[in-house]
Amino acid sequence: MTVGTWLLVGLLGGAGAVSRFVVDGLVSERLTAGAFPWGTLMVNLSGAALLGGLVGAAVSGTALLLAGTATLGSYTTLSTWMLETHRLGQDDQLTGAAINLVGSLVIGFGALAAGHAVGAAL
Amino acid sequence: MIFAGSGYDAALLPRYDRRELAAIFSGGIVGALARAGLAEAFPVGPGSWPWPTFAVNIVGAFMLGYFVTRLQERLPTSAYKRPFLGTGVCGALTTFSTVQLELYKMIETDRWALATGYMAATIVVSFVAVAGATAMVRRVRRIV
Repeated sequence: MTVGTWLLVGLLGGAGAVSRFVVDGLVSERLTAGAFPWGTLMVNLSGAALLGGLVGAAVSGTALLLAGTATLGSYTTLSTWMLETHRLGQDDQLTGAAINLVGSLVIGFGALAAGHAVGAAL
Repeated sequence: MIFAGSGYDAALLPRYDRRELAAIFSGGIVGALARAGLAEAFPVGPGSWPWPTFAVNIVGAFMLGYFVTRLQERLPTSAYKRPFLGTGVCGALTTFSTVQLELYKMIETDRWALATGYMAATIVVSFVAVAGATAMVRRVRRIV
């Protein structure tokens, strides 16, 4: 792994984080039903689908490190998903917390599998 | 957003505070390098427990619970700490997509027990990490 590759990992990771912030903001602006964290959900679903697409299209090695691990890895987030689930629970929105937890997990897996199928078909 | 429209006439992303974006970008570099560095140093096949991903997710969840609770409830509002530490570092250090890919590969190779255990442990331990960090910060606040 060269220094240039790691430089790119850093820059793409930063770009992934900024993309998450922007997409989260755009989605949250439009979907304000209750306090449900739609923004993070959409970020995680789209990121999982795209990662599935890359792997399905047999992207590997350094290309997967840069586009997958660095960019999509930073774009999607587990910590915010868990924090928002915890805060929903603390606000007595137990149904919302449960839906956020299980829904993200199940639909996220479906999104990755669908992306994988599309990538493999390309 | 505090600085939006305060004379920063950026053609790119005019709606956003550029310093906030810079804080998120910088934090994202740190988080991504730490996560990718661990992943490259300890490659894991679909037959074993993905320790690098598991570790960054648990550590990142704990850190986010700590920072967000502390910044929201204990310290005066800071414009750039949360974007840098929360959205940037913790957001990029932890990952959702890689977990799903790891689960997909485990299931693809019929390792259902491993997939179930990994999924359950990731969710339970990262949730406990957020809850524990939150409680820790709030307990300190009550004493002080």
